[in-house]
Amino acid sequence: MSKVETQAQPTQPVTLRPGNIQLDPQGKLRHFLAIEGLPKAVLTKILDTAESFTNSEEKKFELLKGHTIANLFFEPSTRTRTTFELAAKRLSADVLNINISASSSSKGETLLDMLRNLEAMHIDMFVVRHGSSGAAHFIANHVPPHVSVLNAGDGSHEHPTQAMLDMFTIRQHKPDFPSLRVAIVGDLMHSRVARSQIHALNTLGVGELRVIAPQTLLPVGIEKMGVQVYQHLDEGIKDVDVIIMLRLQRERMHGAFIPSEHEYFKLYGMTEKRLALAKPDVIVMHPGPINRGVEMDSAVADGSHSVILQQVSNGIAVRMAAMAMAMRNPDGSSAS
Amino acid sequence: MSRIHIKGGRLIDPANDIDAITDLWIADGKVQAIGHAPDGFSADETINAEQLIVCPGLIDLSARIREPGQAHKATIASETAAAASAGITTLVCPPDTQPVIDSAAIVELIHLKARQANLSRLHMLGALTCNLDGELISQMLSLKNAGVVGMSNANKPVPNSLILRRAFEYACTHDLTVFIRPDDDGLSNTGCVHEGALASRLGLPGIPEAAETVAVARHLELIEQTGVKAHFSQLSTARAANMIARARHDGLKVTADVAVHHLYLTDIDIRDYNSACHLIPPLRSERDRDGLRDAVKRGVIDAICSDHQPHEPDAKQAPFPDTEPGLSGLDTLLPLVKRLADEKLLSLSEAIDRVTRSPANILGLEQGHLSVGAIADICILDPDMNWVVNSDNLNSAGHNTPFIGWEMHGRATRTLVNGQLIFSSDHD
Repeated sequence: MSKVETQAQPTQPVTLRPGNIQLDPQGKLRHFLAIEGLPKAVLTKILDTAESFTNSEEKKFELLKGHTIANLFFEPSTRTRTTFELAAKRLSADVLNINISASSSSKGETLLDMLRNLEAMHIDMFVVRHGSSGAAHFIANHVPPHVSVLNAGDGSHEHPTQAMLDMFTIRQHKPDFPSLRVAIVGDLMHSRVARSQIHALNTLGVGELRVIAPQTLLPVGIEKMGVQVYQHLDEGIKDVDVIIMLRLQRERMHGAFIPSEHEYFKLYGMTEKRLALAKPDVIVMHPGPINRGVEMDSAVADGSHSVILQQVSNGIAVRMAAMAMAMRNPDGSSAS
Repeated sequence: MSRIHIKGGRLIDPANDIDAITDLWIADGKVQAIGHAPDGFSADETINAEQLIVCPGLIDLSARIREPGQAHKATIASETAAAASAGITTLVCPPDTQPVIDSAAIVELIHLKARQANLSRLHMLGALTCNLDGELISQMLSLKNAGVVGMSNANKPVPNSLILRRAFEYACTHDLTVFIRPDDDGLSNTGCVHEGALASRLGLPGIPEAAETVAVARHLELIEQTGVKAHFSQLSTARAANMIARARHDGLKVTADVAVHHLYLTDIDIRDYNSACHLIPPLRSERDRDGLRDAVKRGVIDAICSDHQPHEPDAKQAPFPDTEPGLSGLDTLLPLVKRLADEKLLSLSEAIDRVTRSPANILGLEQGHLSVGAIADICILDPDMNWVVNSDNLNSAGHNTPFIGWEMHGRATRTLVNGQLIFSSDHD
């Protein structure tokens, strides 16, 4: 029986091919939707480009002058949106911030109609945050060739720029990824940041990657994503070089996934005492905002191992890099 | 009524164990003779069926026709026409129309519209509970008198086991078969895909296998206790099929069907958020697909349906979780069932049985076979017609099918209901 185009009985392992849509025929970044599917070279180039921005004496660059970037936020966000806005402005792009409440965008046709309207205003790039996984892919599949899409977080799927700024921060402190042992702690079930970090760390060849959480907060099949699974913190952070704490959403804390904040902190909260189990020069990261006393003690958040504020400032350079690399010319070719 | 002679076709009638090149003579809506012309029969029309297969018309155990309530998706006229063009002579519509099929008036309305369309037959399942709310048992007697062929709560589980028990008992009283799409609401939660590695990667909320198996176990217990006639609809997991097999082995008389796409597709087909594969129950693992195929082969799964759910294009144009679940399946039911024979999973006769005699038995209908004297609901198909599924050759109002681009082998060329030609292909 021959099959045309569609495979009836797929035999390949569970891998996605977002790379097809994320890269142009020359292998350059076209959209930045997910870490999964991007080759190491592209990730490294993002880091190198970000580094060139941070190393520069200049604060402002003319790279995207004449280009217009729309921040399309279907979920409330202050920090991520601000850093994207700042990144765009430092590249001399014009920026449009659009915040859409979930209620006015529950229908797909509204979303498509909105895109058509914005395209008519000659927007060159959409930075999209949306509560539904796959939203950035959906939008990327519906924009014309000269428009590119940056995913600023889609549902529980990916948040690739956050992961890249984390990689950037790790590289500043510990540049040799293959020698590193990294632990990601917390709500992996709902975390788009964690999924992006896992793909990024594995693509960059990290030595060992652990995830630590109670079973209620571990997605089914996560062990197939190239991680070692631990359910107890003390065991999991032994001798690690990097600890990435994840944010626990308040609505998940009571009863549904964990019995109480108190119990969570007792089992998974990062304290100075626990930190001593890791390598002496361990760095502690958190995508913010921190729930102090739930995910970590203030002593850890503000302590000498914490690189949390560096993450924030690195966020701008990394987003500048992604924007500069993905921006297209009117003919659809890469503008970088 | 016209008198028809179907000439030279390969008659496949699983109920009578016939697979032979022979002629059929039809008059007064019934099969008058097979093999030898009745004395003095003069046909008004002779259909040349050489190189074609003649079999009972297909009976689809689950097809949403969207009317009343969602005529922007499809109508009784559009979907009975699509069914006719696909060799399907009987459709069974679940009760989740808008309004719900929980009163005789709605049954009569739908019957009226189907009569006006005058194409494939349309049967209904009545709501097991009022408005499918799972709180009050429905007026089963008046629904039965209005003509429903069974009861169902469609895709809405009845959470309270006491109410479920009473609904089963009351269905028993009226000798009504209950159709169960097994689902545990709590475990399914907000899920939209099979729970597994792929769902976790895509960040999509998963529906665990246990959402189906827990519900099968719970229903089996109450079926055994109440003695209700029960049928499990659209199984999606291999484990559920095994549970049915065990229950049958232990002497419980239950039947089951599967939607044909679950015999071909898996969650991997969702890949980059392909909303055409957003289905409930979800596409599951390869192990499940293979287990379901095996259950069909062993006869644990008695029947195959389309689980037809046509949508307007906008319903699938959104980020994956925000799209509406379901696929349009009438056009592809026959070729996909035939393909099971092409792939040697079943004999052609067995494959046809799963969509003719077997569903007829589950429904307690007279159709599904072509004995002399039987109602002449007939499908004539060209087994060698190759066609590639695309929007232009789908007859359903809904073009939401993940089989776009698939090459199919076989298509209906003529369809008869009650001895009348209701569809004739322009391809021959």
